[in-house]
Amino acid sequence: MKIRSVQNTRKITKAMEMVAASKMRKAQERMRHARPYGEKIRNVAAHISHANPEYRHPFLVERDTVKGVGMIVITTDKGLCGALNTNLLRLALGKYKEWEAQGEKMEVCAIGGKGLGFMQRLGAKVVSHVVQLGDRPQMDKLIGAVKVMLDGYTQDRFDRLLLFYTRFINTMKQEPVMEQLLPLSGERLGSPASHWDYIYEPEAKAVLEQVLTRYIEAIIFQAVAENMSSEQSARMVAMKSASDNAETLIDELTLVYNKNRQAGITKEISEIVGGAAAV
Amino acid sequence: MYGDMPNTIHVDVVSAEASIYSGEAEFIVLPGEAGELGIYPKHTPLITRIKPGSVRIKPVGGGDEELVFVAGGILEVQPEVVTVLADTAIRGRDLDEAKATEALKAAEEARRRATDKQEVATVEAELASLAAQLAAIRKLRQRK
Repeated sequence: MKIRSVQNTRKITKAMEMVAASKMRKAQERMRHARPYGEKIRNVAAHISHANPEYRHPFLVERDTVKGVGMIVITTDKGLCGALNTNLLRLALGKYKEWEAQGEKMEVCAIGGKGLGFMQRLGAKVVSHVVQLGDRPQMDKLIGAVKVMLDGYTQDRFDRLLLFYTRFINTMKQEPVMEQLLPLSGERLGSPASHWDYIYEPEAKAVLEQVLTRYIEAIIFQAVAENMSSEQSARMVAMKSASDNAETLIDELTLVYNKNRQAGITKEISEIVGGAAAV
Repeated sequence: MYGDMPNTIHVDVVSAEASIYSGEAEFIVLPGEAGELGIYPKHTPLITRIKPGSVRIKPVGGGDEELVFVAGGILEVQPEVVTVLADTAIRGRDLDEAKATEALKAAEEARRRATDKQEVATVEAELASLAAQLAAIRKLRQRK
């Protein structure tokens, strides 16, 4: 029976909606937990680079020529989350085509299965990827893939590193964004909140090197966490509308079913009455 | 020891994934890169890398010592605040390198698999067209 099958569909979409809702809360919490680290490390990085203006780390130097671009594209592993990935990949594809037309070389790091599949179909040079992240972003899984991209930048394989992800605005609204990771702009780093004459152990350069790497990683990690919140809330909304659609469909089908049933009964009665009259 | 100066220091241990510890302490010990570091309130501002090991925090009021394991990271000391930016996993140049190589290999593998799939698709398409030609030829023969 058709009604039954739609009812089952609705049960599933309803369940997925609830699951997504609870996962969304956790994902948002994780997103918030990741913030203090990013803030603090940014502060330390700002400190060191302000205190040592004579030393310019390669991550901070703007290059004159841009021959190649590195892209880190964050998508989800699973589908059924509305137009989330589509919107993000559309943005990435637009930029990709634009750079391709300008004759730039592109290298891609795909975080998330959907983006990986898309970039491979596109024929992009995917130098690293991370899939199956699960519900909890883990730094451990990201390090290798991110290092490939940071190395690509320090080894001059490309001169800019950009990050594509879906920013979480609120439950109903998520927005695909593009951010420049490298070179790190001075205003992004900001100025330090306070001034101290630190003692560095070992020397400032080595510490700055590590701090900047951690800072970039923290930004990417934050983006991954944010993307997950976006994913869950997009899925929740998508599943809610699917449940609502199923509800309407069930109502309509039930109406048709009842009409038919009523028609059947009426017909039977009229036959009996007709038969009785004939006797 | 310090007269009427406040004898406590605020300690924050944070990692990229979570906030691990936050509270007031009298004294803390950390595995600094150049050796064990003991930090009392009013310490000179310091930024250093730390090695994997445990951070021992002596909370205000003489309660039990808090032990937090860190896999390395960065320590920032200000006179009244200590911040430990902990790594979530044991890191090292070689380890990071190994992870990067692994990631590169995985990407290559995936690329090869993708081209394999493309090749399979081309071969399948060719096969299909050959089969269609064959069928057409047979039909022509039957008509004769």
